[in-house]
Amino acid sequence: MTAATGYAPGRTLPLRVEIVRQFKRRRTLVMFGLLLALPWILVIAFQFGPQSSGQQQSALRISDLATASGLNFAAFALSVSASFLLVVAVALFCGDTVASEASWSSLRYLLAAPVPRDRLLRQKIIVALGYSAAAVICLPLMALLAGTLAFGWHDIQVPGTGETIAALDVLPRFGIVIGYSLVSQLVVAALAFLISTMTDSPLGAVGGAMGLWIVSTILQAVEALGSLREFLPTFWNTAWLDALAPELDWSGMAKGASVSVTYAAILIAVAFRRFRRKDVVS
Amino acid sequence: MKRVAALVAVLALAGVVTWLVWPSAPEVRGLDQRISVVDGPADDQRVELDATFFPAAGGGKAPAVLLAHGFGGSKQSVRQQAVRLAQDGYAVLTWSARGFGRSTGEIALNSADYEVKDVKQLIDWLAKRPEVRLDAAGDPRVGIAGGSYGGAISLMAAAYDTRVDAIVPQITWADLADALFPDGGGQGPANGVFKRMWAGFFFGRGAPVQGGGAAQGLGALTQQSVPLTAEQARCGRFLPAVCEMYQQVAKTGRATPEAIELLRKSSPVAVAGRIKAPTLLIQGQRDSLFPLGQADANAKAIASAGTPVSLAWFDGGHDGGNGEVDWLYDQTAGWFGHYLKGDGSPVPQKFTVTRDGGRDPGTRQRIRLHPESGSYPGLGGTATTAIPLTGPEQNIANPPGGSPASISTVPGVGGLLGGGGTTNLSVGLDMPGQVATFESAPLTAPLQLTGSPSVKLKVYGKGQVTLFAKLYDVADTAQPPNLPAGLVSPLRVTVPDGAESVETTVTLPAVDFRFAVGHRLRLAVTTTDMGYATPAEPASYRIGLAAPALAVPTVAALAAPTTGVAWWVWAMPLAAIALAAIILATGRTPSRRRTPFTRKAATVRDGSGSTTVQMDDSGVDTFVSDNGQTTTAQKDGNHSGTFVADGDPFTSDPSPDEAVPLEISGLTKAYRNGELAVDNLSFRVERGQVLGLLGPNGAGKTTTMRMMLGLIHPDAGEVRIFGDRVTPGAPVLSRLGSFVEGPGFLPHLSGRDNIELYWAATGRPTADARFDDALEIADLGKALDRAVRTYSQGMRQRLAIAQAMLGLPDLLVLDEPTNGLDPPQIREMREVLKRYARDGRTVIVSSHLLAEVEQTCSHAVVMHRGRLVSAGPVSVLLSAAVSTNGHGPRLEDVFLDLIGQQS
Repeated sequence: MTAATGYAPGRTLPLRVEIVRQFKRRRTLVMFGLLLALPWILVIAFQFGPQSSGQQQSALRISDLATASGLNFAAFALSVSASFLLVVAVALFCGDTVASEASWSSLRYLLAAPVPRDRLLRQKIIVALGYSAAAVICLPLMALLAGTLAFGWHDIQVPGTGETIAALDVLPRFGIVIGYSLVSQLVVAALAFLISTMTDSPLGAVGGAMGLWIVSTILQAVEALGSLREFLPTFWNTAWLDALAPELDWSGMAKGASVSVTYAAILIAVAFRRFRRKDVVS
Repeated sequence: MKRVAALVAVLALAGVVTWLVWPSAPEVRGLDQRISVVDGPADDQRVELDATFFPAAGGGKAPAVLLAHGFGGSKQSVRQQAVRLAQDGYAVLTWSARGFGRSTGEIALNSADYEVKDVKQLIDWLAKRPEVRLDAAGDPRVGIAGGSYGGAISLMAAAYDTRVDAIVPQITWADLADALFPDGGGQGPANGVFKRMWAGFFFGRGAPVQGGGAAQGLGALTQQSVPLTAEQARCGRFLPAVCEMYQQVAKTGRATPEAIELLRKSSPVAVAGRIKAPTLLIQGQRDSLFPLGQADANAKAIASAGTPVSLAWFDGGHDGGNGEVDWLYDQTAGWFGHYLKGDGSPVPQKFTVTRDGGRDPGTRQRIRLHPESGSYPGLGGTATTAIPLTGPEQNIANPPGGSPASISTVPGVGGLLGGGGTTNLSVGLDMPGQVATFESAPLTAPLQLTGSPSVKLKVYGKGQVTLFAKLYDVADTAQPPNLPAGLVSPLRVTVPDGAESVETTVTLPAVDFRFAVGHRLRLAVTTTDMGYATPAEPASYRIGLAAPALAVPTVAALAAPTTGVAWWVWAMPLAAIALAAIILATGRTPSRRRTPFTRKAATVRDGSGSTTVQMDDSGVDTFVSDNGQTTTAQKDGNHSGTFVADGDPFTSDPSPDEAVPLEISGLTKAYRNGELAVDNLSFRVERGQVLGLLGPNGAGKTTTMRMMLGLIHPDAGEVRIFGDRVTPGAPVLSRLGSFVEGPGFLPHLSGRDNIELYWAATGRPTADARFDDALEIADLGKALDRAVRTYSQGMRQRLAIAQAMLGLPDLLVLDEPTNGLDPPQIREMREVLKRYARDGRTVIVSSHLLAEVEQTCSHAVVMHRGRLVSAGPVSVLLSAAVSTNGHGPRLEDVFLDLIGQQS
C-alpha cells in the first residue's frame, strides 16, 4: 500500500474545485463585471453622444454602423474590445492561475497533497481557458442583448459596402466570429500560462504576455518585414472581419488559427515541460 | 539565461552572415549609343536614334530584347525594366523612337515607312553585336516588348521583319482609327464617335519635352515649360501629314477616309496576319483609350496565321488600375524564356484574366487572382446569359453645345496620378434629362461577365443620333452604382428619312466583371460623354428596348488555378503538435526504477540505551547503539538487496504498514551558485517517533523538507516514504501531511472553504478528512468563516497545521510549527504532536529552538550547513552531552558542541 485510502491521482483537483477556487476571486468578478457592463456603457455613449446628421453615404466604418442594429452593435463591441480588452482578460485568467498559487504559497500544498504536476497544470489550464472562453463569449452576447434592446433587431449592415445580410443568416457567422476570437486568443493564453508557471508574480505573468503581445503588434506595423509578418501571433487578429463580409472567406481565419495553434501548442508544451522539472521554492 | 543569450547571439550572427553572403543581383551596365538609321518611303531620311545597350549580366552570347517605350516617353522610361531583363540574361536594347527624347526625326505613329524601318535597322545593329546570340548570320535571336506606342511597334516590326522571334505588346492598339473613332453599332470608324479627350492627350504628348522626356506623370508638371516656335506649338514633333490629319479630325469630330487611311498605316491589325513571332498580348482592363477589343482584334488576326498567341487582361491600362508590374514582368520573362532562351519556362495559357480576389485578410490589401483558360473565346464568351431588362421608352435630350456632359472616365487623370489602384469602383455621373435607364431584376445568382454584352435598342429621333451606352452594377445599398472600368460604348445611328425610329444592336464595352447576388444590372443610354465629341445641336430622342434581353457573355472555363490553403496552414500546426509531443515526451522526469534496499541495512534503533555518535574522517555518521547494531547513513545511496514486504509484528495501527515512514539516503542539493544546501544527508525515522530536525537557520532543514514533499528535485540521493521513493506527485505523499515554510491559503476564501477545498483537491472521500478533529486543533471559532486575508499570523499558522492534519496522515511534517503561537498554544501544540505520534503515526518537526525539540521530540537529527551532525534519541544526545561536559543535560550544549565541532 503506497497511497492513502481513497487517493487516486486521477481524482485530484477536480475541475469543479478549481472553478470554485478561482471564481470567488475579486479580479475574476471584476473582469466579468467589466465585460458585461461594457456593452451598456457603449449603448449609453451612443445614445447620449452628439448625433451625426444621417450622412450615410460617405462613412461606412464599423463604428458608424454600430447603431444600425443589435447585430451591428455586437460586431462593433467585439471589434473595439478584441484587440485589447479581451486580450487582457485572457492574459489575466491564464497568466494568473499558477503564479497566484505560487504567490499565496498554496501551490506547494497542492503539489504535496499530492496533485501530480501534469494534472495540476492540465486542470488549471482547462479552467483558465474556460474562464477565458466565457469572457470572450459573454461580451458579444451581452452586446447583442444590449444592442437589440437599444437599437432593435435588424439585418446586419456590412461595413465598407453597406450591404445587408439577413439577421438569421448572420447568427451562425457570429458563432464563427466568436469561435475564431477564441482560437486567436490561444496564443495569449498559452504565453501567459507559460510565464505563469515560471514566476511567482501573477501580474508579472499577465504583464509579460501583454508585453510580448504589444511587441508583436508593433512588429506587425513594420512593412519591411513583408510576408514574415504573417507569422506574428497578432497578425491575423482581425481576420474574423471576413466572417461578416457578404461572402464568407475562410482563408485568413485558417491562417490565423494555424499560427495561433502552432504557437499555443509549443508554448503549452514548454510550460508543462518546465513545470515538471521545476523546483517549487515559492 | 546565458544559454538564451548565446542562442540569440548565434541567431543574430547567422542573420548578419546570411545578409552579407546573400547573392545580390548581378550588376548591369548600360552602353549609350547613337545609332544612325535611314527610313522614309523612299529610304532617304537619316535619323539618329538615341539608344542604350545593356549586355546580359551573365556575359556570353545572349538572346536580345528590344524594349520600346510608350507615347511621350523615351528610352529612359524603360530603363528599370531593361536592367531587370539584362539581369535575367538578355541583351537589351532600349531606344528613343524617332521624334522622342534625344532621337531626331518626327513622329510618324509607328508607320511602316518610318518607325518599322528603324527597328529593322536596330535588329541589324544587334546582329553585329558580339553579345547577342544569332540564329543565322544577320539574324539575331530577338524579342520585342513594349507598352502602348511601344506595343504597337513590336507588332508592326514583327509583321514586317521575320527575324523577330517573340513579342510581348502591352496595352496597345490594333486599329488606331477604330480606337479613336469607336462605334458600338459596329459600323467602323467612318461612323465612329471621336474620342476627343484621349486623342487630345495622345497628340498633345507629341510636343517636345525638355530633358529627353524622362519626366512623366506628375514629374512633368513640375518642369518649367520651354518656349516653342509657332510650328512646334502647332504640331510638336509630329510628321506634318500626321499633324494635318489630327487638326482636321479634331475640328470636325468625324474621321475622313484620308485620316482613316493614315491611321490604318500605323495599325497592326492590317498586317498582323503576317506575324510569325509567338505573341503575348497584354491588355488593360482599365483602359478607355485602347480597350480590350483592340487586343481581341490583334489576337484574332495573329491567330488566323497559326501563330501562337496568348492574351492576358490585367488590372491596369491607360486609366490606371494596379498596374501589376511584377506580374507583367513575370509573364514577359516567361514568354521570352520559353521562346527566346528556350529554357522551358511555362508560358501563360491562351487566356488569362486578372480578377479581384477580395482583400487579403491579414494585410487588408487587395489581392488579385489570375484565372486561366486553355483557349481564347473572344469577346462573345463561351456562353451567353440573357438578362431581361425592363424600362419604358424614355425621352432624353442632347443639351445645346453638348454641355453639361455625363462623366464616365476622365482620360489621363488615372495615369497622371500614378494609377488609381486603391479602388475598383468607377462612379459614372449621368446628367438628368440626358439618360434613359433599363434595369434587370435583382440577380439570384452571381453573374461573371467576360466579354462584350450586347443589347438591341430602338431609337426615335431625326437624322444622326449620337448615344453612349453603359452597363452599371447597382447594389441597392449606400454604395453608388458602379460602372465597371468606367467604360462606355459610343454609337452613332442614323434614323432614315421618313422613318420614325431605328433599331440597332449595341455592343457594350468588353469587361471582366462579377455582378453579385442581389445586385441589378442597369443599362444607361446617355446623349453625352465628357470624353467624346458630341453634337452641339440641341436635339431630343426617345430610347426604348427593341428586345428585352441583354446578352451577357460568360466564360466558364476561366478557373483560377486552385490556390487552396497555403501548405503551412495545415503543416505548421501539425509540426507544432509533433514538436510539442517531443517536448513533453523528452521532458518526462525519468521514473527511475524503485531501488530495492534491505531494511536491516539502516536502522535507527528506537532504543533507550546509550548511543555513541562517532564522527569519522570520512564524514560518515555512525551510531553505535548499546546492543552493538551499527547504523550507517550511507553517502552513496547505493543499496542492494530487496525490500521485504512481509508482515512486521510491530505495526498495527493506524495503517497496517511495515515500511519505514521516512528514510533519507545520500540526499544532496546544491544552490544555483554551487554551494551545497543539503550535503549527503542520510537518516531514517521509525514509526511512532516525534523527530526533531534541528539546526540553525540555513542548515538545510527546509530544503530537506521540500525534497521530502517532492517540491524540489535532489541532485543526488533519495527520500523514501513508507518505502516509496519520493518524486513530484508520488502517490505516497497522500499519506503525508505537511506544513512547510508558512501557511498557504487562498486569501479571498474563508478558513473553512480553504480547508474544504484543499481536501476536495486531494480527491479523497470527504468522510476521511476528519474535519472536526482538524478544526478543533485550529481552534478558530467564528473566524473560521471569515476570509483568510483577515487572519492574524497565528490564526493562519493554526489553520495550516490543521490542514496538515486533515485525514490524519501517517506521517506529519511540520516546519517550525510553533512560530507565531503564544505560549499556551505552544504547550497545547506539543501535546497534540505527542498524542499524534502515540497512535503509531510519525511526526517530524523542524525547529531552530532547542528547547522546543527537547520538550516535544523523542528523537532528533541535528543538521549544520547541510550536513548531518548527529542523530539519535534525544535522551541519548543528552546523555552524550553529559559525558563530555559537566553542565547538565541540556540540548543546547550538545548542539553548540556539535556545531562547534563542525565549524
